[in-house]
Amino acid sequence: MTLTKRVIACFDVDCGRVVKGISFVELRDAGDPVELAAAYDREGVDELVFLDITASHEERQTVVDMVRHTADQVFIPFTVGGGIRTTDDMRLMLESGADKVSINSAALADPSLISAGAQRFGSQCIVVAIDAKARGDGGFDVHTHGGRRPTGRDAGAWAQEAVERGAGEILLTSMDTDGHQDGFDIAMLRAITDVVSVPVIASGGAGNAAHMIDAVRQGGADAVLAASIFHFGTCRIMDVKHAMAQAGLPMRLEHPQFDQPQPLSQAPTPSTKNGDHNA
Amino acid sequence: MPASSHNAGPVIILDYGAGNLRSVVRAVERVGFRPDVADVPAALDSAAALILPGVGAAADTMANLKQRGLVQPVRDYIAAGRPFLGVCMGLQALMTVSEEGGKHPCLDILPGRVVRLSAGPTIPHMGWNAVHPLRESPLFDEIPDGSHFYFVHSYHCLPDDPAAVLATTDYDEPIVAVVERGNVVATQFHPEKSGANGLRLYRNFLRSALCTNDDSGE
Repeated sequence: MTLTKRVIACFDVDCGRVVKGISFVELRDAGDPVELAAAYDREGVDELVFLDITASHEERQTVVDMVRHTADQVFIPFTVGGGIRTTDDMRLMLESGADKVSINSAALADPSLISAGAQRFGSQCIVVAIDAKARGDGGFDVHTHGGRRPTGRDAGAWAQEAVERGAGEILLTSMDTDGHQDGFDIAMLRAITDVVSVPVIASGGAGNAAHMIDAVRQGGADAVLAASIFHFGTCRIMDVKHAMAQAGLPMRLEHPQFDQPQPLSQAPTPSTKNGDHNA
Repeated sequence: MPASSHNAGPVIILDYGAGNLRSVVRAVERVGFRPDVADVPAALDSAAALILPGVGAAADTMANLKQRGLVQPVRDYIAAGRPFLGVCMGLQALMTVSEEGGKHPCLDILPGRVVRLSAGPTIPHMGWNAVHPLRESPLFDEIPDGSHFYFVHSYHCLPDDPAAVLATTDYDEPIVAVVERGNVVATQFHPEKSGANGLRLYRNFLRSALCTNDDSGE
């Protein structure tokens, strides 16, 4: 199997602006999601996740505009999460250009949202995000509200139910390891990857490439997600991917740039293939 | 670079109500062409190139094409030898029959079946996979063997004629990634989501489609 393991960069977005800017490259506007997305594409990232944390409902249009502008300029897949409560919310994001939507607390409140979304748009569009903490007995409890509110649901059982209802992917964040840059929660990953057949994205705790390798090798993750270590330049995307490849994981290592400064035109482009190769 | 009048028509992206065409439109623009999105048969008359994108299920796709009276026009367009690019469902719709959710007749332009992926450890086959062309084609200009493209699918094509397969990818078994027969090319992956390689593929298709009569020495 040569399907590659994915490295995903995640942004928090508030009112259409990226909250924690990035410093690994010079940008004109480090809060502009579109510019950031394009920069990450150039860096070789495989996928992007935008987490909308806009509190006010009135400002929700800002994320729609952001999704549109991103889809206009960035030609890699991206997921939008945060504030998606209905299939109409999903439709708006998908029609604006998002490839997938991620749902979390809304799915817990009403699990039929997963099936409704999967039926309407296809499982491949529906990511169920699960935030969980270790329980102490080897199991893991699903939490909401950034890990503050326990739901009493077992993460493994919830992941299974989500997949049965049509989730195409699980985005699993350990609230225990999140923010510590000390490695992913391998036990939690294993508890989920062992019981579901869909891809699982490891999130929470990425500090270096070795952590990513462990998440895939030991945790069974199909993709690894990180935010700060990429945004602040602690790790460069391609360095991580090369390290993962050296560890024997299938990775997409080429990331050519498309630079064709062509004016928009209906006129045929001169073919260079058979052009003058008079070396 | 004079082109024949036949090639001076628009690049048509066919909208049959199957969701988001935005990325396809933008990708075509990004490589230097101005596409028209159309949902009526008449648009095919003057098209210099036709792109059939698509997500969703085969039955819906065929129903949508039928409802808009597009089935025969698309068949006629292709039968006339005019440039065609299918993407994802736009590939699967070319086959004889799809087994997605029953048995659904498709356009039957490329004889063969669409069947569920069996071997992959996870379904859908979702993510970046290496694509290997089996022969030379202008479609892969400046795209090296083993370049990665973005796939999202649970069903795949089994064309009767192995010679129609231009490129494969590996998901425990070889999967048809691109078909090419005469004027018809179609990809299982989404070039509009495959970064620079995908943009090159769109450019290569449109170059071939629109430059067949240029004087570059072919």
